[in-house]
Amino acid sequence: MSKKDKGFDKDRRKFLLTATALTGGLGVAAAGIPFVSSMTPSEKAKAAGASVEVDTSKIKKGELITTEWRGQPVWVLNRTDEMIKSLPKLDKNLADPDLKVTSQQPKYCQNATRSIKSDMLVVVGICTHLGCSPSAKIDPKGDMGDDWTGGFFCPCHGSKFDLAGRVYKGSPAPTNLVVPPHKYIGENTILIGEDSKDET
Amino acid sequence: MKKNNGFMSWVDQRLPVSSFIKNHLTQYYAPKNFNFLYFFGALAIILFVVQILTGIFLTMHYKPDALHAFASVEYIMRDVSFGWVIRYMHSTGASLFFVVIYMHMFRALIYGSYKQPRELLWIFGVLIFLLLMAEAFFGYLLPWGQMSYWGAQVIVNLFATVPFIGPDLAEWVRGDYLVSDATLNRFFAFHVIALPLALAGLIFLHLAALHSVGSNNPDGIEIKENRDKKTGIPLDGIPFHPYYTVKDLIGLTVFLIVFASIIFFMPEVGGYFLEHNNFVPADPLVTPAHIAPVWYFTPFYSILRAVPPILNSQFPGVAAMGAAVLILFLVPWLDKSKVKSIRYKGSLYKKWIIAFVTSFLVLGYLGTVPSNVWGQMPNFIPLLGGLDWATFVARIFTVIYFAFFVLMPWYSKKDKTKQVPKRVTYK
Repeated sequence: MSKKDKGFDKDRRKFLLTATALTGGLGVAAAGIPFVSSMTPSEKAKAAGASVEVDTSKIKKGELITTEWRGQPVWVLNRTDEMIKSLPKLDKNLADPDLKVTSQQPKYCQNATRSIKSDMLVVVGICTHLGCSPSAKIDPKGDMGDDWTGGFFCPCHGSKFDLAGRVYKGSPAPTNLVVPPHKYIGENTILIGEDSKDET
Repeated sequence: MKKNNGFMSWVDQRLPVSSFIKNHLTQYYAPKNFNFLYFFGALAIILFVVQILTGIFLTMHYKPDALHAFASVEYIMRDVSFGWVIRYMHSTGASLFFVVIYMHMFRALIYGSYKQPRELLWIFGVLIFLLLMAEAFFGYLLPWGQMSYWGAQVIVNLFATVPFIGPDLAEWVRGDYLVSDATLNRFFAFHVIALPLALAGLIFLHLAALHSVGSNNPDGIEIKENRDKKTGIPLDGIPFHPYYTVKDLIGLTVFLIVFASIIFFMPEVGGYFLEHNNFVPADPLVTPAHIAPVWYFTPFYSILRAVPPILNSQFPGVAAMGAAVLILFLVPWLDKSKVKSIRYKGSLYKKWIIAFVTSFLVLGYLGTVPSNVWGQMPNFIPLLGGLDWATFVARIFTVIYFAFFVLMPWYSKKDKTKQVPKRVTYK
């Protein structure tokens, strides 16, 4: 470099610097993608988290079965007519009886029974408070007191849910139990983990 | 650095950030006549970071268990999102680390960067090289393929050749009567924590020593001897930042093009970076037909094979292989030349360095092929008849390899050196 060139164009230099930093920054960000995404569930985990079939014909009226989907307990409860009739009566005691928090159930379960078929309740058995699995207290009264009309009770912090998985007022749990995506692939067969497209 | 910056001055009163940046970057003066061989030090540091980073993400999915190790590597390759990129970065990074380190060492060798006052800098460097070889060896067992297994078997048995305590020593290293789950588990511990930690420490010492004595240069002139009378700044020095940070960025860009090309288009490099036999799970009952170490160990492996057993002991071969590396420690005291750089050394040194590099490359090639690759010598040759040609050639080059070092005090003294200029030459 000769002495004549000593003066330099500040704007040009600034442009070059920004352009280099930007290109380099983009490169580094792009290189970060594989690392971040390697921590997401692997194909093996996804395969293990695939949908689960449940045969409902084997569940008697008033009986609850627990199945596993993505390592979580999923309850399938075959509700009796009395149970279904009791649901609206509880509305005043519940935190969100009208299902305003729509993320807790798919659109096709946005109804009074929170289910596709009114008798068959499908919910993820994980308390929306801190992730314990509540105990099933299906039968009315008993150790839950005389007012109890059946539901679920979380032993960790005392949250209560009704037979549609709706949370009682005053429970630490903020929202209703989650209804997982599911669909009927036969008269008595539920596939948990997948939506049917025309129902969404 | 802007002055009167409130936040920076607050930090500086508590931690010497600005003065560190000054002393080691913006007012650290490096000779202005660096050529491309000076890229490799910076590249080595970047590769160290790449290996640590990819290594951390690989340990999230890898299982150091003889029953699960091979499958967990396949799991990384097939099921983990982008796992294949991360693993190929790690395996390619390992091989390129050695390319970069060999270039870095060659640079130091020809420009006399080991000579007074840089002896400690060189010794830390050789220690880093030694640990790097150990790191690579331990890491190579982890995929638990056939080559992993039998490579470890052979190397661990090198310890068994040590007189008297050998067999017990080998058993202690393995933690079992054969290379097994116990061996895999401890190699994993060495590979992911013990050696990286030691390497980080040594790299710090290597850099601390470098910044204390300053960089050598292709002319082998101490730039600190010619300072500006007023400022005290070396006349042939330029600030490391921005001049060499920006220059290294260019070197890094070229390197990354090579790195990415290998990762995406030829990650196995024809069996040199990832050996074909290592895609077969380890089987303690069957040795593959041809077993060879990865390319970066082959010059030393050739020396091991070239030395014949003496008194029914394999130990001389093992000792020769060890000496081939350890002799590097002595180079600062073996070189009696008055000048540092090859530019001002005489023709004698140039001939020897050519012979040395040739022997390193030939030994490296021979280490990748079976020793019967060139057939046997005809029987009519006395004494040597029936010997493998490749073994014969390996022996000759082993002698040249050691002669380069052993004869250095003699030829470096006898060599006619040229007059070294006062200031660095620079176009």
